[in-house]
Amino acid sequence: MTMYSETTRKAVVLVVDDFADNREMYSEYLAFSGYDVIEATNGKEAIDAAQERLPDIIIMDLSLPVMDGWEATRRLKADERTRRIPVVALTGHALAGHSKGAREAGCDSFLAKPCLPDQLVAEIRRMLEGGKANITKTKGAR
Amino acid sequence: MPALVPTSRSGTESPREAVASARLAFAEILLFSEDPVECARAAVDWLAERGGARKAICALIDAQSGTVQHVSASGVADGQIETLQLALEDPQHPLVFALAGREPVTLAKNGRRNGHSVDPWRGDFLAIPLPLSEKREARQGLLLVSPSRCEPEAKWAAELLGQKIARLRATAAVVEGEHRLQRERELLLNIINASPDPILLTDPEGRMIISNARADALFSTKEGESEGRHRAVTLNNMLFSAALSQQAIDESGAARRELLLVSPSEGSDLLFELLSSVVQHPREGTCVVSILRNVTDLRAATEQIEENYRRLKVAEADVRAERDRLDLIIDSVADPILVTDPSGKILLMNSPAERLFTAPESDETKEAERAVRSNDAHFSSFVSNLFLTGSGLRWRGEISLFDPATLQPLPVEAVAGKVLSEHGEVTAVVTILHDRTEAIEKARLYEQLKAASEQLEEKVREATAELVRRNELLQRQHLELEQASQLKSQFLANMSHEFRTPLNAILGYTSMLLQGVSGEMSGPQKNKMLRVDSNARHLLSIINDILDISRIEAGKMPLHLEEFEMPALISELLAEVEPLTQKSRLQTVTEVHLPVSAVYSDRQKVKQIVLNLLTNAIKFTPQGQVKVTVGADEERRELRISVQDTGIGIAPHDYEKVFEDFRQADNSVTREYGGAGLGLAICRRLAKMLEGRIELQSQVGAGSTFTLVIPRRGKRR
Repeated sequence: MTMYSETTRKAVVLVVDDFADNREMYSEYLAFSGYDVIEATNGKEAIDAAQERLPDIIIMDLSLPVMDGWEATRRLKADERTRRIPVVALTGHALAGHSKGAREAGCDSFLAKPCLPDQLVAEIRRMLEGGKANITKTKGAR
Repeated sequence: MPALVPTSRSGTESPREAVASARLAFAEILLFSEDPVECARAAVDWLAERGGARKAICALIDAQSGTVQHVSASGVADGQIETLQLALEDPQHPLVFALAGREPVTLAKNGRRNGHSVDPWRGDFLAIPLPLSEKREARQGLLLVSPSRCEPEAKWAAELLGQKIARLRATAAVVEGEHRLQRERELLLNIINASPDPILLTDPEGRMIISNARADALFSTKEGESEGRHRAVTLNNMLFSAALSQQAIDESGAARRELLLVSPSEGSDLLFELLSSVVQHPREGTCVVSILRNVTDLRAATEQIEENYRRLKVAEADVRAERDRLDLIIDSVADPILVTDPSGKILLMNSPAERLFTAPESDETKEAERAVRSNDAHFSSFVSNLFLTGSGLRWRGEISLFDPATLQPLPVEAVAGKVLSEHGEVTAVVTILHDRTEAIEKARLYEQLKAASEQLEEKVREATAELVRRNELLQRQHLELEQASQLKSQFLANMSHEFRTPLNAILGYTSMLLQGVSGEMSGPQKNKMLRVDSNARHLLSIINDILDISRIEAGKMPLHLEEFEMPALISELLAEVEPLTQKSRLQTVTEVHLPVSAVYSDRQKVKQIVLNLLTNAIKFTPQGQVKVTVGADEERRELRISVQDTGIGIAPHDYEKVFEDFRQADNSVTREYGGAGLGLAICRRLAKMLEGRIELQSQVGAGSTFTLVIPRRGKRR
């Protein structure tokens, strides 16, 4: 089910999640779906990884240890090198305040957990193809 | 003296002719003389000159007094005349004798007559009484001549003189009588004129015979007086005549009546009392004497007196009425009232006072009497105190009395007021007694009440403090509860997050396995994996429901009001539940009766509620149909969306239960039909958010109808 040809450079996706099963589940499926995946377990690592690898897109869990997703997003968006990288917020917190806070922090899109791996891929594809940011969409897989 | 006949003639006449001539001369004198004295003088003179007498004396006797009235003498000494005066006092005197007789008496020379000496009359005297024409008794006088030989001439002269004197005296008597009568008449007229009342004598025809000045003023006029006066007099005469003729003069001859006349001088009315009496007039016959008494002033005075009397009566009646009213008022006052004179004597008291100051009649033990006496003493002391110390008009004090009826102490408050006369003297003292028992009792009760009130106040204060304390506690608890609620919501939110994180992994991996990411699975493997997926999704829906409730309760459920088309929403819903209805082979019917299809509300929440009702209906309806009806209550401007099923139904006593959290009508239902039982609880909360409600009609075994009622145009909160 590879979406890109062998010669095409694979898009790099940074998956930030402190819960290993989710992070690895998404990584495996994203790799299965043809993306280069790098992982980070907190906001600090995410910033480091983003600055080092400059990924095409960042999937950001918001509740993170050390540095949370909002803070990390704010810093990435404040950094000239990383500010153009789209950030998709992905959180189990479905309360209204979360998506609002995410947008204020600079997230370009918002997905609520539980989010099935194929839904995430569809969103990444939409974002990378220059589609409109899904920042107002609060609904996950209900 | 007039002389019609010559007193002397020529000497040629004869002696007889001479005697006749002399007599004629005397007769002539007498004829023309009107004075007895003159006649007596003439007689003496004539006797001396023509009758041949040397001495002649004529004494005239006053018939009434019997004394010598006049003495004329010729040729007699004065002393002799004086003795004549003395002699007449002696009845035995010869002269007196002569005077009493008819015939001449000769007084002899130094002669004696019955032993009396006639010494002064020495000589030859003849005493001839002057005769009266008829009566012998009254002697008019005595003619004394000397010598006695001239008796014939003297007798003749005496006869003539006697007759003349008698005639003159008779005439004088008549004149005197007339004079007296005139005086008496004048006196009488003066008397009647002096009367202030008009007096009239009228003849039988009513003509006035006599009237006094007052009467004249009313009934007669003089020339030159005013016309008004004439008229008044005429009128008065008419009125008077009428009064007399109308008057029934009774047999007694006197009558009284009133007569109204006009004052001729002033023209004012004059009221008279007419007093008439009949008199017999020797010439005129039956006449009427009328006396008019002016009673004008009397009448006015009488009327004034009557008016005064009437006023007095009225005033008296007023006073009596006032007094009666006062008595009534005084008696109606419950407090004893006493009126005393300055000495302390009770003049008046009302019935309540009588109960205190008079002993009851059936007083066997005399205790009541003692109480009354004690009361009297206390009261008297109070009143005398008023005079001793009370300089003002009022005096207030307290007296300890006893009630004679119950013999109980009766403390009273006494208020006394002095009643002053015009001159400022105290005429009476009015005292009002007011029973203080009640006041004292009230004061006692007031004290109790005050104490009780203070206790109560203390209790209230304590209670208030307690209340404040409890309120603080409640507030603290409320705060704690709020915090707990907040914590709960936070906890649920966190729980939801914590649930979602592993569920995300389960659903993700299941999805990946079912997609064959790790290689194709066998049929049975795939089936079991589908069950994992289904249960994971169910768990997710429960978690979502819990999250919804906690969001609503935390007030974090946002409301998005917008305008949308109702029919489109219904179609969308039916499309969503179509897989379910197809699976359960249920018939779905929709009826939309809307005058205006646009609705202003939260579309997503309306959809969530109706979707829940639909899935419930499908879930609890084994067979038959599910009908969705959309209608409007125009009057209440409400929208009604009904979901009617032919399912198992709900018993009336379970109507409320189905809306409670985690409840289904029957626990067995949960096992049979699944679901957390949160759906209707959420629906009801959401409907409330939309200012609406959910109505339920159901019958066990026949089906249920759930109706969402919301305003057609919701208000933004």
